Amino acid sequence: MRVRLSAESVHNELVQRIEEYSGQGLMACYQCGKCAAGCPVAFAMDMLPSQVIRYAQLGLVEPLLESKTIWLCAACQTCYTRCPKGIDLSRIMEALREIVMLEKGSHINYDALTSEEQADWPQQAFIGGFRKYSV
Amino acid sequence: MKRIGIFVCHCGNNIAGTLDIDRVVEAIREFPEVVYAIDYKYMCSDPGQQLIREHILEDQLDAVIVAACSPSMHETTFRRTAEAAGINPYQTEIANIREQASWVHQKQQEAATNKAIETIRTIVAKAHYNQSLMPFYLPLVKRSLVIGGGIAGMQAALDIADAGYPVVLVEKADRLGGRMAELSGLYLDSDAAADPLGQKIKAVTHHPNIQVITQAAITEVGGYVGNFTVQIEQRTASPADQDPAGELVPYSFDIGAIVVATGYDLYDKKNLGEYGGGRYPDVIDGLQLEEMLRPDGPTGGRIVRPSDGKVPKEMVWVQCAGSRDPELHKPYCSKVCCMYVAKQSMAYKQQVPDGQATVFYIDIRSQGKDYEEYVQRAMEEHDVLYIRGKASKVFQENGHVTVWGVDTLTGLPLEVEADLVVLATAIVPRADAQELGQRLRVGTDEHGFLSEAHPKLRPVESLTAGVFLAGAAHFPKDIPETVAQASGAASKVLSLFSQRQMVQEPTIAFVDPELCSGCGLCIPACPYDARSMHEWQHIAVVNTALCQGCGACAMVCPNKACRVRNLTQGQILSMMEAYL
Repeated sequence: MRVRLSAESVHNELVQRIEEYSGQGLMACYQCGKCAAGCPVAFAMDMLPSQVIRYAQLGLVEPLLESKTIWLCAACQTCYTRCPKGIDLSRIMEALREIVMLEKGSHINYDALTSEEQADWPQQAFIGGFRKYSV
Repeated sequence: MKRIGIFVCHCGNNIAGTLDIDRVVEAIREFPEVVYAIDYKYMCSDPGQQLIREHILEDQLDAVIVAACSPSMHETTFRRTAEAAGINPYQTEIANIREQASWVHQKQQEAATNKAIETIRTIVAKAHYNQSLMPFYLPLVKRSLVIGGGIAGMQAALDIADAGYPVVLVEKADRLGGRMAELSGLYLDSDAAADPLGQKIKAVTHHPNIQVITQAAITEVGGYVGNFTVQIEQRTASPADQDPAGELVPYSFDIGAIVVATGYDLYDKKNLGEYGGGRYPDVIDGLQLEEMLRPDGPTGGRIVRPSDGKVPKEMVWVQCAGSRDPELHKPYCSKVCCMYVAKQSMAYKQQVPDGQATVFYIDIRSQGKDYEEYVQRAMEEHDVLYIRGKASKVFQENGHVTVWGVDTLTGLPLEVEADLVVLATAIVPRADAQELGQRLRVGTDEHGFLSEAHPKLRPVESLTAGVFLAGAAHFPKDIPETVAQASGAASKVLSLFSQRQMVQEPTIAFVDPELCSGCGLCIPACPYDARSMHEWQHIAVVNTALCQGCGACAMVCPNKACRVRNLTQGQILSMMEAYL
């Protein structure tokens, strides 16, 4: 089945939310794959970390929300420390987890937080681990 | 009787590692007229050359043989060495005992040593007959012809003219500027192309040393470096006139050096059947989009669909359309497309911020100062979506031009219902470049681009002396590279013009008028067009400037009237005799 790309599909609402929650520009990634090459848990993932960004660049967020990868990410930030474009992929993973949580409606409503509160948002590794083991 | 000295080089272990040098030196000392022979580790080194000079004086030598590497390496070196000690350079000979003995017979040391001895014996036989010669001095016309009035030709013309030499600049079209005049802007700084180009055109047209001839073509080129004669025909009618041929005005110039800068064409969309073969109005090429983007263009700089004039909401660029395709189209990379596509896609996003720009590419080649940053800016700041994968098909459907491709990074097959598709078609030489190349005796490669003399070390020279290359006529290149090559070609012209006269090697053919019967066999035998019949004496004559001393004429001459200086039939036979 061919995936149809269009201005709407590429910049859909989920993509915009990923960029907003993570604060990362998805289009900055040029798909070198260094994140996937160095990720200590990539062996167990069903989708490589670099592919997570690629799917998001193409506007294809649903497969990401269903992937194991976003839950296997330990937010260790190996990818971020090595990324030549300075993209914090663990924040993108976190944003994707966030979206899943929000869809289930069982956790803090990120959108309801004020911008000051968002700025004080705790260390994502901490909150990521907290989320992961409490689902 | 001559007094010959032989100097045998070890070339480190290159020669001495295989040959028994002592045996060589011992043997050659016995050859006739040899009054001195010695070996040394590196004859081309300063002490080696000093050794030669010392013994020329000490042993009163009048001929020198250096048994060493190929004459293409060091013949000039040793001729100068001997000349410094008072010996005519043409009395110095090289016996090649490296490439022709030690290197090729490394495992047969004894036989290789014998071969070296016999090689030197033949050179001794030749040296016996060598005459002292003087180089020829030929006149040098210090006027240059530049073919092509694009940025390459104009830059070359300006550089030569600024140095004080007259330039004839011939342009096929009715205006200067070439392809650059068709561009909307230049990548990196997005300057309108018109500004810097307009300045160049003004500088060229107002330059007192440049004569511009537009609507003109080169009809004939004769002669040789320093002394070309060039015939030019100019059409007087403007292209808008009823009779496009108009009247033809002939020009004739004596020219010393030629710069060829005829530029490029785009590979015809018709050749790309899978992308519509030129049948769809909304599938255009890069230059067509440039025309739209030009502020003075038909749309006033706005991007619209040619079919209905609507602003495209979805735009797709297909890179490598016909390039990097050895099986069906052109095998080479056209070099400028990655950059201009980035420029065009950013221009589109500036005009249509909510539109989607998608680029299908197979590699991004952005090798240049600030080029990579520029392409990344298109992706990052202008949201241009780059899809890694060559588009496979473009077809018209429901008022769209649909593009099929695949994202090889995810393996997903993709489809874009585009409003406008731009094919970054391959860069090819001008259709008439090959014909011009033949006229100038400049070779072209399998694609029709003019060939350089050496791909690494002589990139602006052609193999024909006095003809230089600039710009995309040589190979696809962008404006900065073109300007650099044009200035390089101009500096080659200037270094030629800085000589007072042309110097020609004397080791070329001559005709003995006493023996020549005027049969004319040598004229078609000469591969350099260096032969003709004397106007009224009915004997063959040699054009000193064109002759390369190959000896083909000497082969065919039935009367032995034709000989090559210092390589006469007599010399060759005596070398054979010595060898056998």
